[in-house]
Amino acid sequence: MNALGLLRDVKELKRLKSELKKEKREKFVSVCGDTGCSVWDSKKVDEVFRRVLEEKGLSEEIPVKSTGCLGFCECGPVVIVFPEEIFYQKVNEEDVEEIVEETVVKGKVVERLLYHDPREDKKIVKASDIPFYKKQVRNLLGDNWLIDPGSIVDYFSREGYAAAAKAFTEMSPEEVINEIKEARLRGRGGAGFPTGVKWEECFTKNVENKYIICNADEGDPGAFMDRSILEGNPHSVLEGMMIGGYATGSNHGIVYIREEYPTALEKVKNAILKARETGMLGENILNSGFDFDITVSVGAGAFVCGETSALVNSIEGKVGEPRQKPPHLAEKGLYGKPTVVNNVETLANVPRIIRWGAEEFARAGSKNSGGTKIFSLVGKIRNTGLVEVPLGLPLREIIYEIGGGIKGGGHLKAVQTGGPSGGCLPGYMLDIPTDFEELDAAGSMMGSGGMIVMDYGTCMVEFSRYFLSFLSGESCGKCFSCREGIYRMLEIVEEVAAGTATLSHLDLLEELGEMVKNTTMCGLGKTSANPVLSTLKFFKGEYLAHIMENRCPAGVCRALVTVFINQELCSGCGVCRKKCPEEAITGEKKEPHYIEKALCSKCGICIESCPEEAITRA
Amino acid sequence: MKTFCHCNNHYGLENSSIILFMQNIQRNCGYLPEDELKRLADNTGTPLMDIYSIATFYKSFKLEPQGEHTITVCTGTACHLRGSGEVFEEMAAVLGVGSGGGTSEDGKYTLEKVNCLGACALAPLIVIDGHYHGNVTPGKAREMIEEHYK
Repeated sequence: MNALGLLRDVKELKRLKSELKKEKREKFVSVCGDTGCSVWDSKKVDEVFRRVLEEKGLSEEIPVKSTGCLGFCECGPVVIVFPEEIFYQKVNEEDVEEIVEETVVKGKVVERLLYHDPREDKKIVKASDIPFYKKQVRNLLGDNWLIDPGSIVDYFSREGYAAAAKAFTEMSPEEVINEIKEARLRGRGGAGFPTGVKWEECFTKNVENKYIICNADEGDPGAFMDRSILEGNPHSVLEGMMIGGYATGSNHGIVYIREEYPTALEKVKNAILKARETGMLGENILNSGFDFDITVSVGAGAFVCGETSALVNSIEGKVGEPRQKPPHLAEKGLYGKPTVVNNVETLANVPRIIRWGAEEFARAGSKNSGGTKIFSLVGKIRNTGLVEVPLGLPLREIIYEIGGGIKGGGHLKAVQTGGPSGGCLPGYMLDIPTDFEELDAAGSMMGSGGMIVMDYGTCMVEFSRYFLSFLSGESCGKCFSCREGIYRMLEIVEEVAAGTATLSHLDLLEELGEMVKNTTMCGLGKTSANPVLSTLKFFKGEYLAHIMENRCPAGVCRALVTVFINQELCSGCGVCRKKCPEEAITGEKKEPHYIEKALCSKCGICIESCPEEAITRA
Repeated sequence: MKTFCHCNNHYGLENSSIILFMQNIQRNCGYLPEDELKRLADNTGTPLMDIYSIATFYKSFKLEPQGEHTITVCTGTACHLRGSGEVFEEMAAVLGVGSGGGTSEDGKYTLEKVNCLGACALAPLIVIDGHYHGNVTPGKAREMIEEHYK
């Protein structure tokens, strides 16, 4: 099935699918080609696989797929051999020959490359048996294992574009909207607005030229769900946009993608071209009378452009400042026309709702919101990666059962959801479900799905300083209270971190936080005080320790800590002395060394270089 | 002379806007030279002031020539928690640029921060001329520059 022609109607699509079913290959090798794994040279692993299979004359029979993110980034590069679904971790070039010889040819397992479950102390063969995957419901990410994102054929063979065909030929726009409403699909970008309602607002506007925009400006630091969907399964997003276009009555879709994601951009462009070639985009799609095309817009590095009206301004080639609402975008959006903006993950859910039906889709999820949510589980967590769970699963299960607990065996101090708009929740609140309302009530928010885990080595004052410094750099400056308020909060928190603040600073900080919350225009400004307010609420003791005792309990804030060498542990090897860029360390060979405080810049190079782990910062 | 007219909008894939033109200038020249911006203003009838307003609003636009090599330190939350701040400071010290980054005096290196590259499992992450390096420490960062790039 190399040359795919234009598919003129649903019959031809169905014929293609039945042909693909006949030709379906059970045996193949998936090599993760996502940005994460490619840093560990997964591209080379991929090349060697292709070469070795070619040499053995197996390349026709057993294809190699360079896939999108397989989720378990901690174990990269990840290779999965099908149909047995054998999961190999940390594979390098030298391992490939053995995998082909043993697993692909003989069907045996290469023990040493299997995942080792530290809890039960045993090796696990099958990917879906690994605890990290077992607890997840991988509706969206599941296909990443099985398809090559560069191949539209792979997407067709996974029921691709069946939902669009069904919507265009069997359903009216109202029926599509109703189905989305019944599925209780809510925006995955952060605010959680019901998607069906959003679409309906746009649908009811009797205007020519409406737009549907896919928001792929994933600016939330520490989150990469949208990147992984676009890189792993771009057609699912395009199909979601097509269905959205049909339901809202728009014929033009735009993917707004941030420029920090070059690979995702390339994959999306390629997918659009393939969809055009096969007639999935263009005029009279599948003879339904519906025309739809998609173009892309590339962002230029501004966090605020994730806000929908700022994003629309940016597409128009303007400065990305949010607009005053009302009028809402559904009335007056891009170029003054009714516009719908949906997040990548939201759109990727749409084809499944149409294909499965709302009831089946909403079986996973909570009372108010149906389906699954992808979180990027990062920070001091053992299993860093992407996890997809039904909405409503308690944080504890995500962190401990899927995430494997804290890295290095430490204890959990806080978990942060929602990025710069979210809050930090302390360890005792881990039993709250991951649901829009529940997280809001707790003082955090769902956000787009970043989940950052912190242990006791993280200073909460420093952490809120980090977000304030991020936000003060990213505030667009339109509202005075956001522009100046965040900056002033940053100054105060910096004083706390330096040990020069007084107690009255904390009151001022809280007051400023509330002021910014109440007086800014856009969603980002309104939530920008959340990191400060939530750490003040749950970790006030730490602020107090900085102020009253001039002490940073986590040993992080530079002004309040010293670096010292434990004289009993130091072997006098001299490594730290040689490495210290300030020449602050002195000592005789084989005698304990010491640090000249006046010269030490506390950079920490000695700490990482010490073979005896004798140097600490406290 | 390279101008924005070189912009490659294959297959009509990209939405046309002044930002796209500016991105193309930057791709060709490495930064936004004043002459090019003036020409852009003339050719599109956009006031130069508006163009500068866009150029200074979006982080990715550079108004100064960049070094031969670009070192980007990811300062996303995951990287920050695992010490990207120290890595950045160390690199700034080695290259002799300010605490906010910049181009080294010999014009060889430009050090910059980026908000998040979305490869959090590798935190802290740095990118040197498009090549990603994961799990970097201040010490490793110093070595990287000293050994490979000087």
